[in-house]
Order: sequence, then structure tokens, then C-alpha cells
Amino acid sequence: MRQTRELSRYPPLMCLAIPGQVIRTYEKHGVLFAEARFAGVTREVCLHAEPSTQAGDYVLVHVGFAIKKIDREEADRTWRLLLELGDEEALSIQEQA
Amino acid sequence: MTQLKYLDEYRDPALAQALAKRIRAVVTRPWTIMEVCGGQTHAIMRYGLQRLLPDKVELVHGPGCPVCVTSLEMIDRAHAIASEPDVIFASFGDMLRVPGSRGDLLSRRAQGADVRVVYSPLDALKIAEENPTRSVVFFAIGFETTAPANALCVHQAARRGLENFSVLVSHVLVPPVIAAILQSADNRVQALLGPGHVCSVVGYREYESLSTRYHVPIVVSGFEPLDLLAGVLRCVTQLEAGTAVVENQYARGVTRNGSAPAKALIDEVFEVTDRKWRGIGSIPKSGLRLRHEYRKHDAVRLFDVEDVVTSEPCECISGLVLRGQKKPHQCPAFAKTCTPESPLGATMVSSEGACRAYYVHARDSLVREGART
Repeated sequence: MRQTRELSRYPPLMCLAIPGQVIRTYEKHGVLFAEARFAGVTREVCLHAEPSTQAGDYVLVHVGFAIKKIDREEADRTWRLLLELGDEEALSIQEQA
Repeated sequence: MTQLKYLDEYRDPALAQALAKRIRAVVTRPWTIMEVCGGQTHAIMRYGLQRLLPDKVELVHGPGCPVCVTSLEMIDRAHAIASEPDVIFASFGDMLRVPGSRGDLLSRRAQGADVRVVYSPLDALKIAEENPTRSVVFFAIGFETTAPANALCVHQAARRGLENFSVLVSHVLVPPVIAAILQSADNRVQALLGPGHVCSVVGYREYESLSTRYHVPIVVSGFEPLDLLAGVLRCVTQLEAGTAVVENQYARGVTRNGSAPAKALIDEVFEVTDRKWRGIGSIPKSGLRLRHEYRKHDAVRLFDVEDVVTSEPCECISGLVLRGQKKPHQCPAFAKTCTPESPLGATMVSSEGACRAYYVHARDSLVREGART
């Protein structure tokens, strides 16, 4: 039982990357790191792959490493495309929400 | 600050229905689409996306589960190293339950081995720093997504002189296994949902040549229900029109060239090598190994575990599942002798394994279906 609980505490590995919001950035042993917030939990994240990241930015984090800063313009563009693909009914539901 | 369109929006049920309707309107013939990544398989099962699709569109599940495809030889090497005195063996949690030829890492731990679960390879590096008299070995598995984090640890260990840190490397690469699947004589896959987070790191240029060479549409897709449905829509639109190009549905997380610093880090520490995949076999140039300059941190060299004798349980069909030839519930052992509590194959262990996803999200309906047929 103890082992099962221990395993379930850790997020699944996968190629899953979880979006986190950067709170502050700092350097450690010559590498850029950040403190980032994930649904209430704060963790250390390595920013080596996305050195231009600033506080407030969202990053996709995989095993403690930021693989990509989320592109807000592209996120909005994809969203608009999805809305256009949706039919009239779905669009009206969106607008009411 | 504008609200980031990222999570809840991409799970909108009304829009999912609307996309499904679009898909039904486009499809005139039967098509088989493979989602490459285990994270995508998991989301498809979790949200029941196959049920939204017309019968003519079949999703088959790909080999993109690093835990599942790590070869039995490598698992057995991990077990041998973990059992050495004075070793702290650090691993992602999923690897602890993967059956080797003789038990799993959890059973090694019960026998006294110091096996620790880490969330990140950087945690393993920290363990090495805090335990200078112990040899700390990290099981460096994964696809391109995980490679930069693992490379960074080795690079840091070398630079900071942490000689008690080593890695057992079993890295795999996506494009060579896709090529192997597409060129096999019994291939059924006509289009691919490309692996979003692998492409976040390395970009999708390599997928352009795959798409041209095998004439298959590839749509790089995210992991939310709407990402996957939009990916399927783009795939079937191409299939119906007879085109085969790469499209990027996941533009908020993927660019064509990927991350230059991440790719440079991978290239600094690793080099391409042939790799054996569990259930699939050996694929040329489908893996990464440490470069010679980093041999001080190579656990295989340090622990002399090159030769291991393996034995695979015969009932498991995970190899066919990983190549999209069979669905998990078509295995005679599924939910009977093979369960997450007592798995026969790695596809039932890992939370991104197809068998595990079927077991968790669709076992009851599949068992009912099986009883009817």
C-alpha cells in the first residue's frame, strides 16, 4: 500500500508537459531556473531551453524542465480557428458562457 | 492581463461536439489514424473521443510510451545496478513496476536495494550532491521531450565534478520508429497525429520528410480533447483530398525548428545509436547514447552490465499494441491475468501505456462488449 501511495504522488511521466506560470527567475550553477506555479503547487523549473522567459509567462514543463514558453498569440489564434470550425450552435453556446 | 486560452477552453464539450460534426461531414471512406504519443492515447481514452468519431475513423495507438518501449535488457541492467551495494538508484515512478526478467524495481527495493523515485533528473543530481560517498545512478529513459533535461544533468555533473553521478541511458527517437511502422508490410496507418511535446523540443522538420516519403498526412497535435479532435479533422480532410503534408495544430507549443538551446544541449551530451525497443525490436539509429567525452557518467561502463540474459512473458501482446496492430482488449490476458496491480507488460504499467488507458477508462464497457461477441 505504501508503495502504491508513493507512486501515485508523482505525476505521470509521459511526454506530458504541464503548463506552469513563472513567479521569478534566478541563476544556479550557471543555469537559469525559475520558481513556477502549477495549480496551487510551486516547483523549481529549469529555463535553459527558454532563456527569454520572464515572470508572468507560462511555460510547458516536462520533468522539471521548461520545453517551451507558451505562445499567447498562437494560443489565441488556435482558439479562434477552433471557434470558426465550430458550428453556429457551438458558437452561440460559447458566447453565452 | 489577457486570460490564457489553455486548459479549460480546450475541453469545451459543445465545441468538441461541433468538431465531431465537422469530422462526420468530411469523412466519406474508412481511415486509420495513429496517435503517436502515449499522452494523446491517455487523453483519447479519458475523454472517450473515439465515441465522438464516426465509425469510419479508427484511432490506433502508437509506440510513444517511453516506459513501455524500454527494452527488457535495459530493465534487467537497471535491476542489476540497483542491487549493487552503495548504489542509490533513482528513477521516474513509472519504471518501478515494469516487469523485468526477474521481478521489478519495487521487489529489488523490498530486498534492500536503495531505489528512489524522482520527479525530475535534476532531483537525482541533487541526491548525488548530498551523498558524495554513494554512487547515484539515474535511469535516463524517454523520447526527445525528456532528452534535454537528462542531458543537462550529465552536463552539470561533468562541469561540477560530481563523479558519483551516472546515467543508464535508454533514450529513443520518434521519427525512426514511425518510419519502421509505416514501411512494414502489414501497416494499417494512413495518417498520424504527431507528438506535440516531442516537437516542442526538436521541431517538425524531420516529419516533413517522413510525410513526403511515405505519403502520409502528419498533424502535430496537442493533448487536450479539442486539440486531438482538431488534429483528426485536419488528418481526414487531407486524407479525403489525397494530400500528405505536415500541419501544426499545436502552434502555441510547437514551432517548426523547436528549441535551439535544448537541441544544442542534446547534441552536446548525446549521439545517435541503434536501439532495441521492447515489443518492436531493434531499429537502426533510433536512440541516443552518451558521447565518449561523458563516459565517466555512463552507468553501463561503470557497472559492467553489457551482457544480460532476458526472458519475456509469452502471453503479452504489447509489441502488437505498440505498432498499432492490435488493441489492448484483444489480448487474452487483458483485465484477466494482466492488470495494473499485476502487469504482464509495460503497456499495462505506465499511465501512458495503451493497455493501462483502456483498463482505467474503458474496462467495463470493453468487458461487456467482449461478453456479447
